[in-house]
Amino acid sequence: MNSLILRTVAPVLTALMLLFSIFVLLRGHNEPGGGFIGGLIAASALGVYGIAFGVTAVRRAIRFHPMAIAGAGLMLAALSGLISIFFRVPFMTGLWVYPQILGVEVPLATVMSFDIGVYLVVVGAIASIALALEQEPGPTIGPEEKH
Amino acid sequence: MASPATIDLSSALVLTPTPTADWLVVLPVVLMITVGAALMMIRKSVRLHGFVAIGGLTLLVVLDAALLWKVSTEGPVTMVMGRWLPPFGIAFTADLFGAAMALAAAVVALAVGIYALVDIEGSGRRYGFFPFLMLLMAGVSGAFLTGDIFNLYVWFEVLLISSFGLLILGSEPEQIDGALKYAILNLVATTLFLISVGYLYAIFGTLNMADIARKAGELRDTAPLVTLTTLFILAFGMKAAAFPVNFWLPASYHTPRIVVSALFGGLLTKVGIYALIRVTVMLFPVERETLSLILAVSAVLTMMLGAIGALAQTDIRRLIGYLVIAGIGNILAGVSIGTPAAISGAMLYALHSMVTMTALYVVAGRAAHLAGSWSLASLGGLYRQAPWFSAASLLLFLAAAGLPPLSGLWPKVALLKASLDIGAWWLAAGILLSAFLITLSLARVFLLAYWRPQAETPPAPKAAHGWRSVLPIGALTALVLWFGLLPEPLLALSQAAADGLADPSAYILSVFPDAVRGATP
Repeated sequence: MNSLILRTVAPVLTALMLLFSIFVLLRGHNEPGGGFIGGLIAASALGVYGIAFGVTAVRRAIRFHPMAIAGAGLMLAALSGLISIFFRVPFMTGLWVYPQILGVEVPLATVMSFDIGVYLVVVGAIASIALALEQEPGPTIGPEEKH
Repeated sequence: MASPATIDLSSALVLTPTPTADWLVVLPVVLMITVGAALMMIRKSVRLHGFVAIGGLTLLVVLDAALLWKVSTEGPVTMVMGRWLPPFGIAFTADLFGAAMALAAAVVALAVGIYALVDIEGSGRRYGFFPFLMLLMAGVSGAFLTGDIFNLYVWFEVLLISSFGLLILGSEPEQIDGALKYAILNLVATTLFLISVGYLYAIFGTLNMADIARKAGELRDTAPLVTLTTLFILAFGMKAAAFPVNFWLPASYHTPRIVVSALFGGLLTKVGIYALIRVTVMLFPVERETLSLILAVSAVLTMMLGAIGALAQTDIRRLIGYLVIAGIGNILAGVSIGTPAAISGAMLYALHSMVTMTALYVVAGRAAHLAGSWSLASLGGLYRQAPWFSAASLLLFLAAAGLPPLSGLWPKVALLKASLDIGAWWLAAGILLSAFLITLSLARVFLLAYWRPQAETPPAPKAAHGWRSVLPIGALTALVLWFGLLPEPLLALSQAAADGLADPSAYILSVFPDAVRGATP
């Protein structure tokens, strides 16, 4: 869209929304939020950027194809569940470690990595749909782009 | 927050260490999801897709075989997700029935995957055939192995969404047309399933199948269980393509790529039948008895519609689609009788049908590749062109018609005996008549496509497929022949599986090992 206001605001807005999506993702363990809603916010951020600068700019900015991001998220989520095989507890059991990072105890869990996986799946899947819808229809759409 | 030491966790969590062998229950699903995710990550390197997918499917066959072996030696195996105790934790429970179906599905998927190496070329792979195949198998394996009815719904959704992707591989107008009918009618069925699950939850307050099976007896006098069972039968009947809710199948199964048809014809309707047997035989046997006449009438009409429909077709893909429906009719006949012998016959038929229907679609694809047409009007000369392929096709046709010495014979004999045992002669007559009509329609295919000399000039010779088409057809034919000649192991297996459904105490014990806690839910 050729609007000066949107083009000026979009980078700031996108950055803020992406930051906020990560905040929502991490907050989601004990409070409202989580990977799914965080992923939706991140996907909307990419959508806003796409409206302002075009789909090609978004694809260049996120480096990986959205479907590949979704695949990585699915992999991360599945592997988070699989880790419990080494601790003789059932699939998807939450496992915690409490490392000291810069003097602060930071609890890390497979629950969190699972949620990050969900986040990536949602970002990838929704962004892939949104970008396909924002794409200008034309002869350039091959199976590569439509997927 | 209190520290874990002060809380008695044993009433909420599984605290005994989980044996690594129990992981076999979830590993088939986890493996397929992981491989599918890996394929999505390397989506550009389509050359690698085939190898990774075939490796994954081979491992799936090994895992499912190990699971079946474990279940047949030790009884049902259960694992609860996140170590929460059932009925609150989602349980994966594999019994003989589920494990056998999962293994058959894995074998079929591997055969289809190998044939897809030649049938799905560059653009089909870029559209994501192999990732969709993996996710479809995750859904199918999950549906066979889960012990939670809402989780079953989730796996139905997973396989449904992957099947949409597979159906429109190539985006041809005819595919979109078929996919639309398939999608809408299947979504209606899935929604009905979801409504039934909600209704069930309102009645039972639990979604765990073992818990439902054990509570159904107390609630039978007060709760509207017949209504609930009817809803489930309608939803799963639609999924399984039972008359009168089967019109999505002939409308869509001939449109996608032949490997996709092979996969769907072998697996998807059988998942519906599996769910139907699980719910009606294991959870609500008394209600199934009440509805057995409706089931029996639907079964006869389904098999007659399938058999007559197959006679009327000239497109071999449509013809096989009707054969799939006829097979569903036979399985449904077993469900309607409901004695362990009949259920065992229905299971045998389901296993036989998974292998045979997939093999028939693959054979059709190969025939069309050799002769350049799907239509019986122009196919011809296959026998002269490819004698070995024709021999394998003939064996598969005999198996599909239920003639000795192949796999179709034994389930039909079991079903006939079971229906005569309860005096349902018309059901037996229906099974025989549909088998006769199917024999006619397949004889017509063999006569026209194989024996009739090629009318026109033969098409230009195609590039040879080599082992990638010989292996799937050969392996599936060998399976069908093996089961026809040496039926005892499978007969014993299906008998034990049917007994396990008729008396699910082993299944319940596997989910609720603590009998005292089991008595006070």
